[in-house]
Amino acid sequence: MRGLYAIYRKEMSHYFVSPVAYAVVPIFLILSAVFFNMYLADGIKASFEASMEAMQGGAAIPFDVPSAVMGAFLSLVGTILLFLTPLLTMGVYSEERKRGTMELLLTSPITDWQIVLGKFFASLSLFIIMILPTVLYVVYMFAHSEPVPPWRLIAGGYLGVLLLGVTLLAIGSFLSALTENQIVAGVLVLGISLLLWVVGFFAGTGNGVIAQSLQYLALLQHYNPFVRGVIDTTGLIFFASWIFFAIFLTMRAVDSMRWRRA
Amino acid sequence: MIEVQDLTKSFGDKTAVDHISFSVNKGEILGFLGPNGAGKTTTMRVLTGYLPATTGTAKIAGFDVFDDSMEVRRRIGYLPENPPLYFDMTVSSYLDFVARIKNVPAEKRAARVTAALEMAKITDKRDELIKRLSRGYKQRVGLAQAIVHDPDVIILDEPTVGLDPKQIIEVRNLIKGLAGSHTIILSTHILPEVSMTCDRVVIINRGKIVAVDTPENLTLQLKGGARIRVEVQAPEKSLRDALAQISGVRKVEINSLGSAGRLVATVEANQGQDLRSQIAARVVGQGWALYELRGINLSLEEIFLQLTTEDAAQNPAEKAEGN
Repeated sequence: MRGLYAIYRKEMSHYFVSPVAYAVVPIFLILSAVFFNMYLADGIKASFEASMEAMQGGAAIPFDVPSAVMGAFLSLVGTILLFLTPLLTMGVYSEERKRGTMELLLTSPITDWQIVLGKFFASLSLFIIMILPTVLYVVYMFAHSEPVPPWRLIAGGYLGVLLLGVTLLAIGSFLSALTENQIVAGVLVLGISLLLWVVGFFAGTGNGVIAQSLQYLALLQHYNPFVRGVIDTTGLIFFASWIFFAIFLTMRAVDSMRWRRA
Repeated sequence: MIEVQDLTKSFGDKTAVDHISFSVNKGEILGFLGPNGAGKTTTMRVLTGYLPATTGTAKIAGFDVFDDSMEVRRRIGYLPENPPLYFDMTVSSYLDFVARIKNVPAEKRAARVTAALEMAKITDKRDELIKRLSRGYKQRVGLAQAIVHDPDVIILDEPTVGLDPKQIIEVRNLIKGLAGSHTIILSTHILPEVSMTCDRVVIINRGKIVAVDTPENLTLQLKGGARIRVEVQAPEKSLRDALAQISGVRKVEINSLGSAGRLVATVEANQGQDLRSQIAARVVGQGWALYELRGINLSLEEIFLQLTTEDAAQNPAEKAEGN
């Protein structure tokens, strides 16, 4: 436990001096702010038009603007995460391998578990720090919208964000453990995360076994129900499997560093 | 303290370490000497548990480096070839981190970090970022890292690489100071380092041990075959003949020394024979003027070269068993 904490602490202090965190986190926040404003403006416009129509004597269309805004926003956050999360983990092992510090870790009295989980929890913490400011938008909605967006949607949405993020972090860590070059690791995980995204489009209409299998693999396919406030078991199992599988593979990759010639 | 039995490590079909055996007693400094690529780093990596051996065993403090890796790792400090440094940490936060992963209890940590800084003579750099340090200081931070948890066994892979002469002396003194209470293995291809710091030397070449002995004995072992330098005024041809006739002379090499007609002959004698008096008698007997006559001891460099060149490596097993 002490070893795990030592690794966690080291990783966190590394993140706070690394240019990667200072580049990725602000870009995420700027993008999410821009899109939130856009959706909010659209929502306000739509609701204004709807009320105008209602005043002109037409029937008011039931239209839940706050839910629509939050749903669209969280769905977009998922897409941004597909692009940005890979950048957070690309250096997590490859840099240590390149610098030779992996040799220090692997000859110290700490287990591979402590190394892998210490690093994993650190990247998770950074991810949460990155996501946390978007809670301000939720607070804003609760303060100013009528009706307030449903709790269910917010909770489900953020659970989805967390699961998607953790999955991408776990896959990214694994790929980073495979190479000494963090750019290669970054490109690999970005490629895989985009592949798992577009696979849904290609399979979108098909009904065959292959199409269904591909649909099952698509990350956002499982993410979107959460954004609608639906916490479904398939999605939970899907993300949990990816996370456990990727962490397990990372363990194996770290173990194998002992066997290969560094 | 360290017990290596019949250790072999292959990478594919390339054998990096080939059936080596040696042991290190508690408190001893063992020098691991060999040309680049001889298998020094590989042996050290096996000892630290970083690489598994292909066959054979290695034990540290009675624990097998593979089966009881954790127990071994608790007891060793290791400086790899490239110091394993986190460039964006300060020296003291880096050492604090290493102390943590080496299981130094929280209440002792600060004191141990201070002690390591002091021993490696980097106390004045404690708050500097490691990336801003010069090569020599980085090496010393690496050294501090290996001793911060006060391990029983210290394994140093080329500890003086990149240091200036003054720092080299300091590091050697530091290593000597650590002996006694710590068991140390250090590798190097710099020979004076071995004669100055080590109690015993293992000379390794192409993965095989070619000699194990004290630096003094290694020098002695081949001293008999030493060369003798003779400075004489004599005709070259007759000098060569006269010297070659002495029994026990293996080789004569003659160089002229300036315009005065003086010659310098280097006589190589067979092992175990001191020919100085015969040579003197012969030169004087010929009526030549003898200006100088002295034996040249083989330096460790030459012993090393002899042992690691092909013809001397023919009977490595015999030499290895000499210990």
